[in-house]
Amino acid sequence: MKHIKTLNKGTLKETASHAGCGECQTSCQSACKTSCTVGNQECENK
Amino acid sequence: MIHKFEKNGVYVVLDVNSGAVHVVDEMIYTILDHYPEKGKAETITQLKEKFNENDLAEAIDEIQLLIDHEQLFSKDTYIHNLEFKNRKPVIKAMCLHIAHDCNLRCKYCFASQGDYETSDRSLMSLEVGKKALKFLVDNSGNRRNLEVDFFGGEPLMNFDVVKELVSYGRSLEPIHNKLFRFTLTTNGVLLNDEIIDYANEHMDNVVLSLDGRRDVNDFMRFTPNNKGSYDTIVPKFQKLVEKRGNKNYYVRGTFTHFNKDFAKDVLHMVDLGFKSTSVEPVVAKPEHDYALKESDLEMVFSQYDLLAEEMIKRHKTKDDFSFFHFTMDLSQGPCIVKRLSGCGAGSEYVAITPQGDIYPCHQFVGDEKFKIGSILTNEYNNHLSHEFKEAHVYNKEACKGCWAKFYCSGGCHANAYNFNNDINVPYALGCEMEKKRLESSLYIQASLMED
Repeated sequence: MKHIKTLNKGTLKETASHAGCGECQTSCQSACKTSCTVGNQECENK
Repeated sequence: MIHKFEKNGVYVVLDVNSGAVHVVDEMIYTILDHYPEKGKAETITQLKEKFNENDLAEAIDEIQLLIDHEQLFSKDTYIHNLEFKNRKPVIKAMCLHIAHDCNLRCKYCFASQGDYETSDRSLMSLEVGKKALKFLVDNSGNRRNLEVDFFGGEPLMNFDVVKELVSYGRSLEPIHNKLFRFTLTTNGVLLNDEIIDYANEHMDNVVLSLDGRRDVNDFMRFTPNNKGSYDTIVPKFQKLVEKRGNKNYYVRGTFTHFNKDFAKDVLHMVDLGFKSTSVEPVVAKPEHDYALKESDLEMVFSQYDLLAEEMIKRHKTKDDFSFFHFTMDLSQGPCIVKRLSGCGAGSEYVAITPQGDIYPCHQFVGDEKFKIGSILTNEYNNHLSHEFKEAHVYNKEACKGCWAKFYCSGGCHANAYNFNNDINVPYALGCEMEKKRLESSLYIQASLMED
Protein backbone atom coordinates (compact mmCIF):
# COMPACT_ATOMS: atom_id res chain seq x y z
CA MET A 1 0.00 0.00 0.00
CA LYS A 2 1.18 3.44 -0.83
CA HIS A 3 -0.87 5.56 1.50
CA ILE A 4 -1.47 3.24 4.46
CA LYS A 5 1.00 1.43 6.70
CA THR A 6 -0.67 -1.09 8.92
CA LEU A 7 0.87 -1.10 12.37
CA ASN A 8 -1.31 -3.97 13.46
CA LYS A 9 -3.83 -6.03 11.53
CA GLY A 10 -6.14 -6.40 14.49
CA THR A 11 -6.65 -9.70 16.20
CA LEU A 12 -9.72 -9.08 18.31
CA LYS A 13 -11.99 -11.07 16.03
CA GLU A 14 -9.53 -13.96 15.94
CA THR A 15 -9.32 -13.99 19.74
CA ALA A 16 -13.09 -14.37 19.92
CA SER A 17 -12.86 -17.97 18.79
CA HIS A 18 -10.46 -19.11 21.51
CA ALA A 19 -11.08 -16.50 24.16
CA GLY A 20 -11.75 -16.42 27.82
CA CYS A 21 -9.29 -18.85 29.40
CA GLY A 22 -9.09 -16.34 32.24
CA GLU A 23 -5.49 -17.08 33.16
CA CYS A 24 -4.36 -13.51 32.58
CA GLN A 25 -3.65 -10.97 35.26
CA THR A 26 -6.45 -8.91 36.75
CA SER A 27 -5.77 -5.39 35.58
CA CYS A 28 -6.09 -3.73 38.96
CA GLN A 29 -3.58 -6.13 40.49
CA SER A 30 -0.73 -5.03 38.29
CA ALA A 31 -0.01 -1.46 39.20
CA CYS A 32 -2.95 0.81 38.94
CA LYS A 33 -5.40 0.20 41.77
CA THR A 34 -7.38 3.25 40.69
CA SER A 35 -7.54 3.75 36.94
CA CYS A 36 -8.62 0.66 35.11
CA THR A 37 -7.00 -0.13 31.80
CA VAL A 38 -7.36 -3.60 30.36
CA GLY A 39 -5.76 -3.09 26.96
CA ASN A 40 -2.30 -3.00 28.47
CA GLN A 41 -2.52 -6.45 30.03
CA GLU A 42 -0.79 -9.47 28.55
CA CYS A 43 -2.45 -12.57 27.17
CA GLU A 44 -1.25 -15.77 28.87
CA ASN A 45 -2.54 -17.94 26.07
CA LYS A 46 -0.66 -16.51 23.11
CA MET B 1 -16.45 2.38 14.03
CA ILE B 2 -13.08 4.01 13.62
CA HIS B 3 -11.14 6.54 15.67
CA LYS B 4 -8.55 8.78 14.06
CA PHE B 5 -6.22 11.43 15.37
CA GLU B 6 -3.24 13.44 14.25
CA LYS B 7 -0.25 14.39 16.34
CA ASN B 8 2.92 16.07 15.14
CA GLY B 9 2.22 15.05 11.56
CA VAL B 10 1.57 11.41 12.48
CA TYR B 11 -1.90 10.31 11.32
CA VAL B 12 -3.28 7.30 13.17
CA VAL B 13 -6.47 5.36 12.42
CA LEU B 14 -7.80 2.74 14.82
CA ASP B 15 -10.45 0.29 13.70
CA VAL B 16 -12.25 -0.14 16.98
CA ASN B 17 -13.87 -3.54 16.55
CA SER B 18 -10.93 -5.41 15.05
CA GLY B 19 -8.21 -3.54 16.93
CA ALA B 20 -6.35 -2.84 13.67
CA VAL B 21 -4.14 0.23 13.74
CA HIS B 22 -3.04 2.06 10.60
CA VAL B 23 -0.63 4.91 10.09
CA VAL B 24 -1.84 6.87 7.08
CA ASP B 25 -1.00 9.95 5.05
CA GLU B 26 -2.91 13.21 5.24
CA MET B 27 -4.98 12.36 2.18
CA ILE B 28 -6.33 9.10 3.61
CA TYR B 29 -6.97 10.89 6.89
CA THR B 30 -9.05 13.50 5.08
CA ILE B 31 -10.85 10.99 2.86
CA LEU B 32 -12.07 9.14 5.94
CA ASP B 33 -14.20 12.17 6.80
CA HIS B 34 -16.19 11.38 3.64
CA TYR B 35 -15.70 7.79 2.57
CA PRO B 36 -17.34 5.26 2.83
CA GLU B 37 -20.39 7.21 4.01
CA LYS B 38 -20.30 8.99 0.69
CA GLY B 39 -19.43 7.05 -2.43
CA LYS B 40 -16.13 7.10 -4.27
CA ALA B 41 -17.21 9.54 -6.98
CA GLU B 42 -18.73 12.02 -4.56
CA THR B 43 -15.69 11.87 -2.29
CA ILE B 44 -13.37 12.58 -5.19
CA THR B 45 -15.54 15.49 -6.33
CA GLN B 46 -15.46 17.01 -2.87
CA LEU B 47 -11.72 16.66 -2.38
CA LYS B 48 -10.30 17.17 -5.89
CA GLU B 49 -9.33 20.76 -5.22
CA LYS B 50 -7.09 19.66 -2.40
CA PHE B 51 -5.67 16.41 -3.81
CA ASN B 52 -4.92 14.92 -7.23
CA GLU B 53 -7.89 12.94 -8.60
CA ASN B 54 -5.87 9.87 -9.51
CA ASP B 55 -4.26 9.82 -6.09
CA LEU B 56 -7.66 10.09 -4.46
CA ALA B 57 -8.99 7.16 -6.46
CA GLU B 58 -5.96 5.06 -5.55
CA ALA B 59 -6.26 5.98 -1.87
CA ILE B 60 -9.95 5.13 -1.77
CA ASP B 61 -9.17 1.72 -3.26
CA GLU B 62 -6.68 1.13 -0.45
CA ILE B 63 -9.33 2.05 2.12
CA GLN B 64 -11.84 -0.26 0.47
CA LEU B 65 -9.34 -3.13 0.53
CA LEU B 66 -9.01 -2.75 4.29
CA ILE B 67 -12.79 -2.59 4.67
CA ASP B 68 -13.05 -5.83 2.68
CA HIS B 69 -10.50 -7.43 4.98
CA GLU B 70 -12.35 -6.25 8.10
CA GLN B 71 -9.55 -3.95 9.14
CA LEU B 72 -11.58 -0.77 8.80
CA PHE B 73 -15.21 -0.20 9.76
CA SER B 74 -15.49 -3.80 10.92
CA LYS B 75 -18.62 -4.83 12.75
CA ASP B 76 -19.01 -5.41 16.48
CA THR B 77 -20.30 -8.94 16.87
CA TYR B 78 -18.95 -9.67 20.32
CA ILE B 79 -22.08 -9.14 22.35
CA HIS B 80 -23.23 -12.55 21.11
CA ASN B 81 -19.90 -14.24 21.89
CA LEU B 82 -20.78 -17.38 23.79
CA GLU B 83 -17.59 -17.44 25.84
CA PHE B 84 -18.48 -13.96 27.04
CA LYS B 85 -22.17 -14.58 27.60
CA ASN B 86 -21.67 -17.88 29.38
CA ARG B 87 -18.65 -17.01 31.45
CA LYS B 88 -18.82 -18.61 34.86
CA PRO B 89 -18.37 -16.66 38.07
CA VAL B 90 -14.89 -17.75 39.16
CA ILE B 91 -12.71 -15.73 41.48
CA LYS B 92 -9.08 -15.60 40.44
CA ALA B 93 -7.65 -12.55 42.14
CA MET B 94 -7.71 -11.20 45.64
CA CYS B 95 -6.67 -7.99 47.30
CA LEU B 96 -5.76 -9.10 50.79
CA HIS B 97 -6.02 -6.29 53.31
CA ILE B 98 -3.35 -7.63 55.56
CA ALA B 99 -3.31 -4.47 57.71
CA HIS B 100 -5.92 -1.79 58.18
CA ASP B 101 -3.30 0.39 59.75
CA CYS B 102 -0.63 2.55 58.21
CA ASN B 103 2.55 4.31 59.26
CA LEU B 104 1.94 7.19 56.86
CA ARG B 105 -0.92 9.66 56.81
CA CYS B 106 -1.13 10.42 53.10
CA LYS B 107 -3.51 13.29 52.56
CA TYR B 108 -5.30 11.80 49.56
CA CYS B 109 -5.59 8.23 50.87
CA PHE B 110 -8.83 6.60 49.72
CA ALA B 111 -8.41 4.19 52.62
CA SER B 112 -8.61 7.03 55.16
CA GLN B 113 -5.00 6.53 56.23
CA GLY B 114 -5.48 2.81 56.50
CA ASP B 115 -8.68 2.11 58.40
CA TYR B 116 -11.17 2.73 55.55
CA GLU B 117 -13.26 4.95 57.80
CA THR B 118 -14.00 2.04 60.09
CA SER B 119 -11.99 3.33 63.11
CA ASP B 120 -10.71 -0.20 63.36
CA ARG B 121 -6.99 -0.36 62.76
CA SER B 122 -6.83 -4.14 62.80
CA LEU B 123 -4.19 -6.42 61.42
CA MET B 124 -5.35 -9.54 59.61
CA SER B 125 -4.86 -12.68 61.66
CA LEU B 126 -3.14 -15.70 60.18
CA GLU B 127 -6.38 -17.62 60.55
CA VAL B 128 -8.37 -15.12 58.48
CA GLY B 129 -5.58 -14.93 55.91
CA LYS B 130 -5.50 -18.69 55.49
CA LYS B 131 -9.26 -18.83 55.12
CA ALA B 132 -9.03 -16.11 52.47
CA LEU B 133 -6.49 -18.06 50.42
CA LYS B 134 -8.54 -21.23 50.76
CA PHE B 135 -11.65 -19.29 49.70
CA LEU B 136 -9.77 -18.17 46.59
CA VAL B 137 -8.68 -21.71 45.76
CA ASP B 138 -12.18 -23.09 46.36
CA ASN B 139 -13.86 -20.49 44.15
CA SER B 140 -11.35 -20.42 41.30
CA GLY B 141 -12.80 -23.27 39.26
CA ASN B 142 -10.25 -24.50 36.77
CA ARG B 143 -8.17 -21.29 36.77
CA ARG B 144 -4.59 -22.19 37.55
CA ASN B 145 -3.03 -18.75 38.04
CA LEU B 146 -4.27 -17.03 41.16
CA GLU B 147 -3.23 -13.56 42.20
CA VAL B 148 -2.95 -12.23 45.69
CA ASP B 149 -1.95 -8.66 46.46
CA PHE B 150 -0.80 -7.98 50.01
CA PHE B 151 -2.36 -4.62 50.52
CA GLY B 152 -3.36 -2.29 53.30
CA GLY B 153 -3.01 0.10 54.96
CA GLU B 154 0.60 -0.88 55.02
CA PRO B 155 1.12 -4.65 54.69
CA LEU B 156 4.62 -4.59 56.16
CA MET B 157 3.04 -3.71 59.53
CA ASN B 158 1.94 -7.35 59.49
CA PHE B 159 4.91 -8.88 57.71
CA ASP B 160 5.06 -12.10 59.74
CA VAL B 161 1.56 -12.97 58.57
CA VAL B 162 2.53 -12.13 54.98
CA LYS B 163 5.37 -14.66 55.18
CA GLU B 164 3.18 -17.31 56.79
CA LEU B 165 0.54 -16.84 54.10
CA VAL B 166 3.03 -17.15 51.27
CA SER B 167 4.18 -20.47 52.76
CA TYR B 168 0.60 -21.57 53.21
CA GLY B 169 -0.27 -20.60 49.63
CA ARG B 170 2.70 -22.56 48.33
CA SER B 171 1.53 -25.60 50.30
CA LEU B 172 -1.87 -25.40 48.60
CA GLU B 173 -0.44 -25.21 45.08
CA PRO B 174 0.43 -28.88 44.41
CA ILE B 175 -2.70 -30.17 46.13
CA HIS B 176 -5.06 -28.08 44.03
CA ASN B 177 -2.95 -27.58 40.88
CA LYS B 178 -2.78 -23.83 41.39
CA LEU B 179 -0.06 -21.24 41.05
CA PHE B 180 -0.13 -18.23 43.34
CA ARG B 181 1.30 -14.97 42.10
CA PHE B 182 1.95 -12.71 45.00
CA THR B 183 2.25 -8.94 44.89
CA LEU B 184 3.31 -6.62 47.69
CA THR B 185 2.10 -3.03 47.62
CA THR B 186 4.11 -1.01 50.11
CA ASN B 187 4.93 2.55 51.11
CA GLY B 188 8.45 1.37 51.87
CA VAL B 189 8.84 2.82 55.38
CA LEU B 190 9.48 -0.56 57.02
CA LEU B 191 11.61 -2.06 54.27
CA ASN B 192 14.91 -3.46 55.49
CA ASP B 193 17.47 -5.87 54.05
CA GLU B 194 15.60 -8.93 55.24
CA ILE B 195 12.27 -7.80 53.81
CA ILE B 196 13.85 -6.63 50.56
CA ASP B 197 15.45 -10.05 50.04
CA TYR B 198 12.21 -11.78 50.97
CA ALA B 199 10.13 -9.63 48.60
CA ASN B 200 12.57 -10.16 45.76
CA GLU B 201 12.52 -13.89 46.25
CA HIS B 202 8.82 -14.50 46.86
CA MET B 203 6.84 -11.65 45.32
CA ASP B 204 6.09 -11.85 41.60
CA ASN B 205 5.47 -8.14 41.60
CA VAL B 206 6.11 -5.30 44.01
CA VAL B 207 4.36 -1.96 43.85
CA LEU B 208 6.37 0.77 45.54
CA SER B 209 4.52 3.96 46.39
CA LEU B 210 6.33 7.20 45.61
CA ASP B 211 4.89 10.36 44.09
CA GLY B 212 8.07 11.61 42.44
CA ARG B 213 10.03 14.70 43.43
CA ARG B 214 10.79 15.16 47.13
CA ASP B 215 8.56 18.20 47.67
CA VAL B 216 5.68 16.65 45.70
CA ASN B 217 5.93 13.36 47.56
CA ASP B 218 6.32 14.89 51.00
CA PHE B 219 3.43 17.30 50.48
CA MET B 220 1.05 14.33 50.32
CA ARG B 221 2.91 11.40 51.84
CA PHE B 222 4.02 12.08 55.40
CA THR B 223 4.26 10.36 58.78
CA PRO B 224 1.83 10.86 61.67
CA ASN B 225 4.38 13.44 62.92
CA ASN B 226 4.16 15.36 59.64
CA LYS B 227 7.61 14.30 58.49
CA GLY B 228 7.98 13.68 54.77
CA SER B 229 8.62 10.10 53.68
CA TYR B 230 10.87 10.67 50.63
CA ASP B 231 14.26 10.50 52.36
CA THR B 232 13.27 7.36 54.25
CA ILE B 233 11.85 5.39 51.36
CA VAL B 234 13.85 6.31 48.26
CA PRO B 235 17.15 4.64 49.30
CA LYS B 236 15.19 1.53 50.30
CA PHE B 237 13.33 1.39 47.00
CA GLN B 238 16.62 1.86 45.15
CA LYS B 239 18.17 -1.02 47.03
CA LEU B 240 15.16 -3.26 46.39
CA VAL B 241 15.07 -2.49 42.67
CA GLU B 242 18.83 -2.85 42.29
CA LYS B 243 18.67 -6.32 43.83
CA ARG B 244 15.48 -7.34 42.03
CA GLY B 245 17.00 -8.29 38.69
CA ASN B 246 14.45 -8.79 35.95
CA LYS B 247 11.44 -9.43 38.16
CA ASN B 248 8.42 -7.18 37.88
CA TYR B 249 8.05 -4.05 39.92
CA TYR B 250 6.40 -0.66 39.62
CA VAL B 251 7.26 2.56 41.28
CA ARG B 252 3.80 3.97 41.51
CA GLY B 253 2.70 7.50 42.25
CA THR B 254 -0.39 9.62 42.27
CA PHE B 255 -0.76 13.04 40.73
CA THR B 256 -3.23 15.60 41.98
CA HIS B 257 -4.34 19.15 41.29
CA PHE B 258 -1.12 20.24 43.06
CA ASN B 259 1.33 18.45 40.77
CA LYS B 260 -0.28 18.67 37.39
CA ASP B 261 3.26 18.84 36.01
CA PHE B 262 3.64 15.16 36.87
CA ALA B 263 5.81 14.36 33.85
CA LYS B 264 8.62 15.81 35.96
CA ASP B 265 7.77 13.30 38.67
CA VAL B 266 7.89 10.39 36.26
CA LEU B 267 11.23 11.55 34.89
CA HIS B 268 12.50 12.09 38.43
CA MET B 269 11.67 8.46 39.18
CA VAL B 270 13.64 7.45 36.10
CA ASP B 271 16.55 9.60 37.26
CA LEU B 272 16.45 7.74 40.56
CA GLY B 273 16.95 4.49 38.65
CA PHE B 274 13.34 3.33 38.47
CA LYS B 275 12.59 2.24 34.92
CA SER B 276 9.18 0.80 35.54
CA THR B 277 6.84 3.63 36.44
CA SER B 278 3.17 4.26 36.93
CA VAL B 279 1.82 7.65 37.95
CA GLU B 280 -1.91 7.95 38.07
CA PRO B 281 -4.62 10.53 38.59
CA VAL B 282 -5.90 10.91 42.14
CA VAL B 283 -9.37 9.58 42.85
CA ALA B 284 -11.08 12.21 44.97
CA LYS B 285 -14.45 13.84 45.38
CA PRO B 286 -14.60 17.37 43.93
CA GLU B 287 -14.79 19.01 47.37
CA HIS B 288 -11.15 18.14 48.07
CA ASP B 289 -8.68 20.86 47.13
CA TYR B 290 -6.31 18.28 45.61
CA ALA B 291 -9.01 16.76 43.34
CA LEU B 292 -8.48 17.09 39.61
CA LYS B 293 -10.84 19.45 37.85
CA GLU B 294 -11.96 19.72 34.27
CA SER B 295 -9.87 22.85 33.93
CA ASP B 296 -6.78 20.75 34.77
CA LEU B 297 -7.21 18.54 31.73
CA GLU B 298 -5.24 20.71 29.31
CA MET B 299 -2.22 20.61 31.59
CA VAL B 300 -2.64 16.89 32.26
CA PHE B 301 -2.78 16.19 28.52
CA SER B 302 0.35 18.24 27.94
CA GLN B 303 2.15 16.03 30.47
CA TYR B 304 1.11 12.86 28.64
CA ASP B 305 2.37 14.48 25.43
CA LEU B 306 5.66 15.29 27.08
CA LEU B 307 6.08 11.77 28.40
CA ALA B 308 5.27 10.30 25.01
CA GLU B 309 7.96 12.44 23.36
CA GLU B 310 10.48 11.47 26.04
CA MET B 311 9.72 7.79 25.51
CA ILE B 312 10.24 8.12 21.77
CA LYS B 313 13.45 10.08 22.28
CA ARG B 314 14.84 7.60 24.81
CA HIS B 315 13.72 4.44 23.02
CA LYS B 316 16.48 1.83 23.01
CA THR B 317 18.87 4.13 24.85
CA LYS B 318 20.21 3.59 28.35
CA ASP B 319 17.71 6.19 29.61
CA ASP B 320 14.59 4.46 28.34
CA PHE B 321 11.73 3.66 30.71
CA SER B 322 8.24 2.24 30.77
CA PHE B 323 5.09 4.03 31.81
CA PHE B 324 2.32 1.64 32.82
CA HIS B 325 -0.54 3.31 30.99
CA PHE B 326 1.39 3.67 27.75
CA THR B 327 2.15 -0.04 27.64
CA MET B 328 0.13 -1.80 24.99
CA ASP B 329 0.93 -4.93 23.03
CA LEU B 330 -1.19 -4.37 19.95
CA SER B 331 -0.68 -7.81 18.47
CA GLN B 332 -0.87 -10.02 21.55
CA GLY B 333 -2.90 -8.10 24.06
CA PRO B 334 -5.88 -9.46 25.91
CA CYS B 335 -8.62 -11.41 24.15
CA ILE B 336 -12.01 -9.92 23.52
CA VAL B 337 -13.63 -11.70 26.46
CA LYS B 338 -11.11 -10.14 28.81
CA ARG B 339 -11.67 -6.75 27.22
CA LEU B 340 -15.40 -7.08 27.69
CA SER B 341 -15.18 -8.41 31.21
CA GLY B 342 -13.17 -5.41 32.41
CA CYS B 343 -11.36 -5.23 35.73
CA GLY B 344 -13.43 -8.08 37.14
CA ALA B 345 -14.08 -6.39 40.48
CA GLY B 346 -16.85 -8.12 42.38
CA SER B 347 -16.91 -11.11 40.06
CA GLU B 348 -13.36 -12.31 39.34
CA TYR B 349 -11.61 -10.09 41.83
CA VAL B 350 -12.45 -9.42 45.48
CA ALA B 351 -10.97 -7.66 48.46
CA ILE B 352 -10.85 -9.29 51.90
CA THR B 353 -10.66 -7.19 55.06
CA PRO B 354 -8.89 -8.15 58.31
CA GLN B 355 -12.36 -9.07 59.63
CA GLY B 356 -12.89 -11.52 56.77
CA ASP B 357 -15.44 -9.39 54.95
CA ILE B 358 -15.62 -9.63 51.17
CA TYR B 359 -15.89 -6.51 49.00
CA PRO B 360 -15.87 -6.10 45.20
CA CYS B 361 -12.45 -4.44 45.39
CA HIS B 362 -10.23 -2.42 47.71
CA GLN B 363 -11.93 0.82 46.69
CA PHE B 364 -15.31 -0.27 48.07
CA VAL B 365 -14.02 -1.53 51.41
CA GLY B 366 -15.79 0.10 54.33
CA ASP B 367 -18.98 0.87 52.42
CA GLU B 368 -21.44 -1.63 53.90
CA LYS B 369 -23.73 -1.40 50.88
CA PHE B 370 -21.04 -3.13 48.90
CA LYS B 371 -20.20 -5.88 51.33
CA ILE B 372 -20.58 -9.06 49.31
CA GLY B 373 -20.21 -11.47 52.19
CA SER B 374 -17.79 -13.00 54.63
CA ILE B 375 -15.26 -15.76 54.35
CA LEU B 376 -15.89 -16.59 58.01
CA THR B 377 -19.62 -17.16 57.75
CA ASN B 378 -19.63 -18.29 54.10
CA GLU B 379 -22.25 -15.67 53.22
CA TYR B 380 -21.99 -14.53 49.61
CA ASN B 381 -24.34 -12.11 47.91
CA ASN B 382 -24.59 -13.55 44.43
CA HIS B 383 -26.95 -10.79 43.38
CA LEU B 384 -24.39 -8.06 44.11
CA SER B 385 -21.64 -10.04 42.44
CA HIS B 386 -23.85 -10.48 39.38
CA GLU B 387 -24.47 -6.73 39.27
CA PHE B 388 -20.73 -6.17 38.99
CA LYS B 389 -20.33 -8.91 36.41
CA GLU B 390 -22.98 -7.25 34.28
CA ALA B 391 -21.39 -3.79 34.55
CA HIS B 392 -19.63 -4.12 31.19
CA VAL B 393 -19.35 -1.86 28.16
CA TYR B 394 -22.52 -3.08 26.48
CA ASN B 395 -24.53 -2.14 29.54
CA LYS B 396 -23.03 1.33 29.94
CA GLU B 397 -24.62 3.99 27.76
CA ALA B 398 -21.50 6.15 27.75
CA CYS B 399 -19.36 3.25 26.53
CA LYS B 400 -21.50 1.92 23.70
CA GLY B 401 -20.40 4.59 21.22
CA CYS B 402 -16.91 5.13 22.64
CA TRP B 403 -13.85 4.17 20.59
CA ALA B 404 -11.84 3.33 23.71
CA LYS B 405 -14.24 0.74 25.11
CA PHE B 406 -12.08 -2.29 24.29
CA TYR B 407 -9.03 -0.74 25.98
CA CYS B 408 -10.40 0.65 29.24
CA SER B 409 -13.24 -1.90 29.26
CA GLY B 410 -15.62 0.49 30.91
CA GLY B 411 -13.23 1.96 33.45
CA CYS B 412 -13.12 1.71 37.21
CA HIS B 413 -16.41 0.84 38.94
CA ALA B 414 -15.35 2.66 42.09
CA ASN B 415 -14.66 5.85 40.19
CA ALA B 416 -18.06 5.54 38.53
CA TYR B 417 -19.78 5.05 41.86
CA ASN B 418 -17.84 7.79 43.64
CA PHE B 419 -18.74 10.40 41.07
CA ASN B 420 -22.09 9.25 39.73
CA ASN B 421 -23.51 6.95 42.41
CA ASP B 422 -23.85 4.29 39.76
CA ILE B 423 -21.29 1.69 38.71
CA ASN B 424 -22.75 1.83 35.20
CA VAL B 425 -22.06 5.53 34.67
CA PRO B 426 -18.33 6.06 34.05
CA TYR B 427 -16.33 8.91 35.57
CA ALA B 428 -16.16 11.35 32.66
CA LEU B 429 -12.90 13.08 33.60
CA GLY B 430 -11.26 9.66 33.95
CA CYS B 431 -12.54 8.72 30.49
CA GLU B 432 -10.93 11.79 28.95
CA MET B 433 -7.58 11.01 30.57
CA GLU B 434 -7.82 7.37 29.55
CA LYS B 435 -8.48 8.30 25.93
CA LYS B 436 -5.52 10.64 25.95
CA ARG B 437 -3.26 7.90 27.35
CA LEU B 438 -4.44 5.47 24.68
CA GLU B 439 -3.78 7.99 21.93
CA SER B 440 -0.34 8.62 23.42
CA SER B 441 0.38 4.91 23.41
CA LEU B 442 -0.69 4.54 19.77
CA TYR B 443 1.28 7.65 18.82
CA ILE B 444 4.45 6.23 20.41
CA GLN B 445 4.09 2.96 18.53
CA ALA B 446 3.29 4.73 15.26
CA SER B 447 6.31 7.00 15.69
CA LEU B 448 8.62 4.07 16.38
CA MET B 449 7.22 2.02 13.54
CA GLU B 450 9.91 0.91 11.14
CA ASP B 451 9.51 2.00 7.55
